[in-house]
Amino acid sequence: MDFSFTEEQSMLRDTVASYLGDHYDFDKRRAVVSKEPGWRPEVWKAFAEDLGILGAPFSEELGGLGGGPIENMIVMEEFGKALVVEPYLGTVVIGGGFLKHSGHAAAADLIGGIIEGKVIFAFAQAEPQGRYNLASVTTTAKKDGAGWTLNGQKAVVIGAPFATHFIVTARTAGGERDVQGVSVFLVEKGAKGVTTRDYPTVDGFRASEVYFENVSLGADALIGPADNGMPLVEKVVDEAIAATCAEACGVLRKLHEGTLEYTKQRKQFGQPISSFQVLQHRMVDMFINVEQAVSMTYMANIKVGDDAERAKAASAAKVQIGKACKFVGQNAIQLHGGMGMTDEMAIGHYFKRATMLESAFGSVDHHLARYEFLSLGKAA
Amino acid sequence: MNLDFTPEENAFRDEVRTFIKENYPADLRKAQDEHRSLTKDEYLLWHKVLAKKGWVAPGWPKELGGTGWTPTQKYIWSEETARADCLPILPFGMSMLAPVLYTFGTDEQKKQFLPDIYNGVTWWCQGYSEPGAGSDLASLKCKAERITADDGKEYYIVNGQKTWTTLGQYADWGFFLVRTDPNSKPQSGISFLLIDMKTPGIEVRPIITLEGGHEVNDVFLDNVKVPVENRIFHENQGWTCAKALLAHERSGIAGVARSKRNLEKLRTIANTERSDTGSALLSDAFFRRKVAELEIDLTALEFTELRTLAGESSGKGPGPESSILKIKGTEIQQRLQELALEAVGHYGAPFLRDLSGSNAGVGPDYANGLAGDMFNGRKTSIYGGSNEIQRNIIAKMVLGL
Repeated sequence: MDFSFTEEQSMLRDTVASYLGDHYDFDKRRAVVSKEPGWRPEVWKAFAEDLGILGAPFSEELGGLGGGPIENMIVMEEFGKALVVEPYLGTVVIGGGFLKHSGHAAAADLIGGIIEGKVIFAFAQAEPQGRYNLASVTTTAKKDGAGWTLNGQKAVVIGAPFATHFIVTARTAGGERDVQGVSVFLVEKGAKGVTTRDYPTVDGFRASEVYFENVSLGADALIGPADNGMPLVEKVVDEAIAATCAEACGVLRKLHEGTLEYTKQRKQFGQPISSFQVLQHRMVDMFINVEQAVSMTYMANIKVGDDAERAKAASAAKVQIGKACKFVGQNAIQLHGGMGMTDEMAIGHYFKRATMLESAFGSVDHHLARYEFLSLGKAA
Repeated sequence: MNLDFTPEENAFRDEVRTFIKENYPADLRKAQDEHRSLTKDEYLLWHKVLAKKGWVAPGWPKELGGTGWTPTQKYIWSEETARADCLPILPFGMSMLAPVLYTFGTDEQKKQFLPDIYNGVTWWCQGYSEPGAGSDLASLKCKAERITADDGKEYYIVNGQKTWTTLGQYADWGFFLVRTDPNSKPQSGISFLLIDMKTPGIEVRPIITLEGGHEVNDVFLDNVKVPVENRIFHENQGWTCAKALLAHERSGIAGVARSKRNLEKLRTIANTERSDTGSALLSDAFFRRKVAELEIDLTALEFTELRTLAGESSGKGPGPESSILKIKGTEIQQRLQELALEAVGHYGAPFLRDLSGSNAGVGPDYANGLAGDMFNGRKTSIYGGSNEIQRNIIAKMVLGL
């Protein structure tokens, strides 16, 4: 048993942390997200060219660093600490995941494009009435000669305004929530019939409603098996959950540290408010939440490559992280008092991100139900 | 003990309901529906309608313009106004300052200020908190020195900074706690001053809150000259006024009627939203249990408030028990906001503040602004004495610890 990081992994963390320290301070980030386009393509370029991190979880044959989930975890935790909005999750973890696992003919080329920073993915999965059920898909792909015709709407597609390509789940058979009949497609954003309505999100990211109207896809747009795409979708989403948990750990650490720091310097009744036992215990509980979240994130990222354990591990971690996001986020604001309510202080921005991460890829309830089923079987 | 409404009370409810239906300003309704920030005039539209009707100040003594309603009628009033999503009457003049004025003010002061509060002519703001004096309000430093000016009259010269001044950007006047005796114990050197916000030396600077709104402000006072007649109650005894005001602030803070209305909205949302299986979210075992628990907690709060009100009508003023209402009331408001945000799933994320014109929302209309409300709602367990301070008050004043 070993929870230590390799030298390469520690170097990866240091590289990312030091770059973000120099180029991604809070005020800079705040200025960027408050106006269009809401991200910095030059930062993305630096990730690709100067840091080489966009290849972190890809094999060396593909031009990557030869890592996997642990490397994603390291990058994402650092991104969480700096509230990075650039689309690593959608592109490297999700887009890269689908390509890597599907053995798609164009996978090597597209992964090469990802590593160079030229290909950017967004995951067009959620639908207006689908909640967190991945099989709830009404977008349709109808067979059309050798290819397909795509119709439908995808909801709140994070990072869509920055993307060059979408990964789209669509129904090729079966009814609205049937697990069978879901297929996965690769769609270029510029394809005829693809339109978007772009908007900022409450935590400073960018997203779109994505509309497909008679979008003509070639046979090679299909990723994975026709009609039976769900196992692949679940696998990649579980990997995305493990990475999201890591981002949350970065956010949680900053929330906790920021609160400790603030309560030590804020004086009321003639003493630092950190000297009050009621606040000390609150900060201890926040600390316990953070540590448990980190433990579960390690667990999930270690197990996510093992198909027998993956789903349970991802859902268990997401439950723990979801609860921690709420508890730590809300108490960080509370202990900052009025200052925590201001846009000017970073703490509120971490809180907003934590709130969105709480339900990313499924709320606590969603993952508790999934875990219950996987661990305890169907309820009577 | 009984909970029945008399036929007269039911008739009163009908009267209130009809009045709101026929008189609520349409422009204000539209602005509320579009989730846009209100102008100063819009804030006061409903206030003025009620002032004309004689219903704007149910909490005031009858001889000063109060309605003379029974506690039951007041309860019906708050239920019906919440039910119809009426904009709450701004509390600063109406329910924060006015009770201080009619309890501690001179006849001249009452005559000068109460009618304009009643009619919505004067917009008041609060100058209590300072950067260094939040939970420990009595440590406030904003200094007022008494001088005799060249005109032979006495003035206070006020210097310092106030913060979290809600809607101070619109204020005509403010009520301020200032230190008039720097040498005595913290609570005993404070005076309660009314200051014309147009006086030279006052600067109001916006504080943008985390959800992006401009609701609160910093107020800087630089040699602001205030006539001594604008002091309420005795010099150095302003803390008495401050405490009375805070107790009033707390008792209104429970927000039971509003929470009942928001619970109703939450149920509607959760009946419209789909669960993972495609059924109504409200039939999802996890979600419905949270709603049920919240309803029970709200009922407990409602009956605690009714007990408090019954005590008040038999002559007891709002006491330290009102801290219970503040704690539970704000916790419930926050849980309602969290559940509403949770209910709408993905559509909690879009950030679209102004939905007027062509800028229509994304996703269902009811989802717009829910995240912002939830973020903004974190203030409720902080303001008016944080919930930690409220627990200290109960420990000390109620339990005698």
